[in-house]
Amino acid sequence: MADITVHVIDREGVQHDLEAPIDMGLNMMELCKASDLPVEGTCGGMALCASCHMYVESAHLEQMPEKSEDEEDMLDEAFFVEDNSRLGCQIKLADLHDGLVVRLAAVG
Amino acid sequence: MIQTDIIIIGAGPCGLFTVFEAGLLKLRCHLIDALPQAGGQCSEIYPKKPIYDIPAYPEVLAGDLIEKLMEQIAPFKPGFTLGERAEFIEKDAEGQFIVKTSHGTAHRAPVIAIAGGLGCFEPRKPPVEGLADFEGHGVEYIIKEPDIYKGKRVVISGGGDSALDWALYLANGVAEEVTLVHRRDSFRAHPDSVQKVLDLAAAGGMRLMTHAEVIGVNGGSDGALAELTIKHKKEGASQLEVDHWIPLFGLSPKLGPIGAWNLNISKNAVEVDTFDYQTNVPGIYAIGDINTYPGKLKLILCGFHEATLMVQSAFKRIHPDKSNVLKYTTVNGVNAF
Repeated sequence: MADITVHVIDREGVQHDLEAPIDMGLNMMELCKASDLPVEGTCGGMALCASCHMYVESAHLEQMPEKSEDEEDMLDEAFFVEDNSRLGCQIKLADLHDGLVVRLAAVG
Repeated sequence: MIQTDIIIIGAGPCGLFTVFEAGLLKLRCHLIDALPQAGGQCSEIYPKKPIYDIPAYPEVLAGDLIEKLMEQIAPFKPGFTLGERAEFIEKDAEGQFIVKTSHGTAHRAPVIAIAGGLGCFEPRKPPVEGLADFEGHGVEYIIKEPDIYKGKRVVISGGGDSALDWALYLANGVAEEVTLVHRRDSFRAHPDSVQKVLDLAAAGGMRLMTHAEVIGVNGGSDGALAELTIKHKKEGASQLEVDHWIPLFGLSPKLGPIGAWNLNISKNAVEVDTFDYQTNVPGIYAIGDINTYPGKLKLILCGFHEATLMVQSAFKRIHPDKSNVLKYTTVNGVNAF
C-alpha cells in the first residue's frame, strides 16, 4: 500500500510535508507527534483533551464524516473553534486524505 | 514535617505502583498530587475509558485500574498530600530532600521520585493577547471566593458543568449581571443545568450569547479588566463592558514548578538515565510520562517497569551497606507494614 502525503502548517506558519502510511490505522494526532510537531495528544486519542485541535484547510473537509458528539463536546474546551475545526485524533488517515492540508490551532 | 523514604510527586498509576515495589523492599512512600484525588489522568480525564494494554487485563477501565492499584498498595500504608502542588525542592544539611507544597506542607526524604505525568493540571487559559495582565484584576480561571462577584458584571465562558453551574449560582442574586458566552448552542453540561440556564435566560435573569467567543480584553484606567471583545459567528464583533471574565475551559497539564528544579529538561520532559531512571540530580528520579530517554514510550506499562528499576537504585542509595534486594512475591508474599 502506498504512502500518502499530508501537509501540516505549524503555529509559526511553517508547512511540513509528511509521508504517512495508511495501513497502520494512524490518525493525524499520532502522525504529528511521531513527526515531532507540537501536538500534545494528552489523552492518547480518545477525544478527551482537545490538545490536538487543528483546522482542515483543504477540500478534504467535505469528505470527512460529521463530527461525533464527543468531538463536538471536546471542542468546547478548545479555543478559536471554526467550522473547519477538528480534533486530529479523530482524523483516521486513509488514501482519500492524500494531499490533506491542516493548520495547528493555538493552544491555551 | 512529614518524613518518609521516598517522596513520590504525582499519584497517577506509575506513582502508585512505586509504593508497591518500594514496599517489597521495606521502603515507605508518601505521595503528593495537585489533584484532589489519586489516579492522575486516569481519574481526572478518562476514568470510564477502557485500557487494553495492561498485561493480563484484556480490558480495564482507567478508574478501575486506579482502584486496583490502591488496593494493591494498601498494605504498605502510603501517605498522601492531595490537592497541593509540589513547589520547592531543597536539600538540608544531612543531604535529605525537603519538598514543600503550594500550601506550605513540608516533606523530607532521602529520595524523590517524580512521577508527574504530563505535569500539573491547570486551568486552560485562552490564547487571548494581553490576558495575563488581567489575571487577578478581573480575570479568574477558578472561582475561589464567590463573594467578590457581588454586584459585579460577570462574563463566564464555556459549555461544561462548571461554566453552567457557576453562571446559575452567580445569576441567583450574587452578581449584578451574568453573561454566558459559548461557541455553539448546545452544551455538554448536565441536561438539567442546561434547561435551567435556558429558562433563566428566557426570563431575563441571565444573558446567553451562543455561537460567540471572547477574543479580546481591554483594561480601564485603573489597570483592571473593563471590556471584552466578543466575536459572533454571524454578526461580527461586539464590545461588552464587564468587571470580571471567568473562562472555564477545563484543565490541561503543564510542567509547572518541575521546570525550575535544575533538572535537565528536553521537550517538556525530564531527562533520565535508563540504568535507574535517575535525573541529573543524584537522588531525584523521574518515571512515567514525565521522563524522556532514547526510545521512550509514554505507556502505563513502561512506567511500571521504570518504577521497579528505580526503586532498586533508591534502595541502594538509602542502604548502601545492604545488597541482594530482589524479592519474589511468589516466595515471600506481601508483608504489610
